[in-house]
Amino acid sequence: MIAGAYAVPSVLIFVTCVVLILVGAVGVITVKNPVHAALSLILTLLGVAVAFVAQSADFLAAVQIIVYAGAIVVLFLFVIMFLGVDTRRHVEIEPLVGQRAFAAVGVVVTVGGLITLMAKSHWVSGALSVSNGGQPIATGQGNVQQLGTAVFTTYLFAFEATAALLIIAVVGAVLLARRERAVASEDVGS
Amino acid sequence: MTWVASVDPLFAHGVTWVVALIVAIKVLAGFSMLMGGVILMIWFERKAISDMQSRIGPQRWGPFGLLQTLADGLKLILKEDLVPAQADRFVFKLAPYLVLLPALVTFAIIPIGGTLTIAGHPVMLQVVNPPMGILVMLAMSGISVYGVMLAGWASGSKYPMLSSVRASAQMISYEAALGMTIVTIVLATGSLSLHNIVASQAGGVWHWNIIRLGVVPFVVFIIAITAELNRPPFDVVEAESELVGGFHTEYSSFRFAIFFLAEYMNTITMSAIIVTLFLGGPAGWIPNVSHLRFLFPIAWFLVKTVGFAFCYIWFRASLPRFRYDQLMDLGWKRLIPLSLGWMLIVAGFLVARGWGFIMAAAVVLAWTFLSRAFELGQSRESGPDSVLPVVGERPLPGARLRSMTNDEEEK
Repeated sequence: MIAGAYAVPSVLIFVTCVVLILVGAVGVITVKNPVHAALSLILTLLGVAVAFVAQSADFLAAVQIIVYAGAIVVLFLFVIMFLGVDTRRHVEIEPLVGQRAFAAVGVVVTVGGLITLMAKSHWVSGALSVSNGGQPIATGQGNVQQLGTAVFTTYLFAFEATAALLIIAVVGAVLLARRERAVASEDVGS
Repeated sequence: MTWVASVDPLFAHGVTWVVALIVAIKVLAGFSMLMGGVILMIWFERKAISDMQSRIGPQRWGPFGLLQTLADGLKLILKEDLVPAQADRFVFKLAPYLVLLPALVTFAIIPIGGTLTIAGHPVMLQVVNPPMGILVMLAMSGISVYGVMLAGWASGSKYPMLSSVRASAQMISYEAALGMTIVTIVLATGSLSLHNIVASQAGGVWHWNIIRLGVVPFVVFIIAITAELNRPPFDVVEAESELVGGFHTEYSSFRFAIFFLAEYMNTITMSAIIVTLFLGGPAGWIPNVSHLRFLFPIAWFLVKTVGFAFCYIWFRASLPRFRYDQLMDLGWKRLIPLSLGWMLIVAGFLVARGWGFIMAAAVVLAWTFLSRAFELGQSRESGPDSVLPVVGERPLPGARLRSMTNDEEEK
């Protein structure tokens, strides 16, 4: 079925992405050292970026690397380095009561949902109905232009609302982190 | 795979073995150009700095000391390869390659000439022309942060660690200003692809982005990219007087050579990026000859790139290093608002002249508010008590010592 419907190169690319994503994802939760876990996360994000390129979503791929790999994981690493939590600590006591049970339920629900979704849908794109018969919905403008047009016309309100939300979050974070202290300029020379 | 054909005419008629061969040759040519460029760049930097400091510089190996870099490289490879006992071995060995890889990839997207026709195939003198174009550069500079950061962390030593914290903060801060100026260029071009950015600047000096967009984005870009490269005057990451050697203090032998190589590759690549984005890339005067016309754009490109490479050397020889807080001030309080404001003005003028002036007025108003806010914030101190005040605002050890001894004398 696979060989019939898809060309060999795209299957190879897909398999490569899957290996990258899965190895990274398993690494994040199994590796003991937090820095190594962050590195595994980068591997997963790179795999997702490659998958985006294979699906002709170039802009998303670039943004995936710039934002997630380039900024967010750097922030994680920054925190790990600053707080010095890279010493291996064996967590014997569960920080949250019953978290293992909740995790098990979560895993069952997610995996079950994914399997049902895949059984009923296009196996690559995950779409319930493939509107264009598996062909990319192209208008001959290129991916970036199409995305830009969609974001700034159809989804303008959602886009602007997200922007405002992010700004508010940043201002809130700065306000919470900022702690005024008395200016101690008198004791400078004493 | 249809998108590939839409950005590069080479693939328009499918991938035959001739096309594969052309791609392989392009990749090899790009790689060897960069490697050869690095060797010449290191020699050029040493020679130029020597001249500025009234020294002779390398002179022993080859004519004018040209082979000095090769000799140094050979020496480095033959040195003992050390891994500190405290190091995280895997990450320590991985980090140099995380710096090298982005340096190599970024060069691949730069157009160095026009389009040739080889064996009936149109060949762009650019290794790849991805549709996300300039975003590849931003993504790669995001990845290269990891190399520096992890190298410092994995060394398991104090100064490299401090350096890596500095490096990540600095590179992320300046990436914002860098991104804003790139947005300005993309707005004016209407495309992310570097090929189109160059094509839109065709038709003489007055169409180059440096003039078309006003000089401000160019200035912001060159400052931000120097900070991104960690080159002087922004080299707080490897400030010898503060941090021994910075993130690569613990590295030796070939791994050190890789860091060195990547730094110079990045210098060349970023000079080329500036040329591509602001100076029309390979655009230039072409004499009316019948053959070898394709060589002139390449020559123009090389001349411009070498010009900017010289600028970096000049910066290094003449400017003192920034203090860390000055560097952060420049990035966050000057460059980001400036590039953001200029982007708004350019966007306004692209819509209509009237909107441009309205935007300019709005930006001036915002700038007044912002400078007033900076003024108000200047005298306030924030943060927990354990944080020391900024270097410029706290008494230097000498003054403090003097006041203490004065006290002693009074008693």
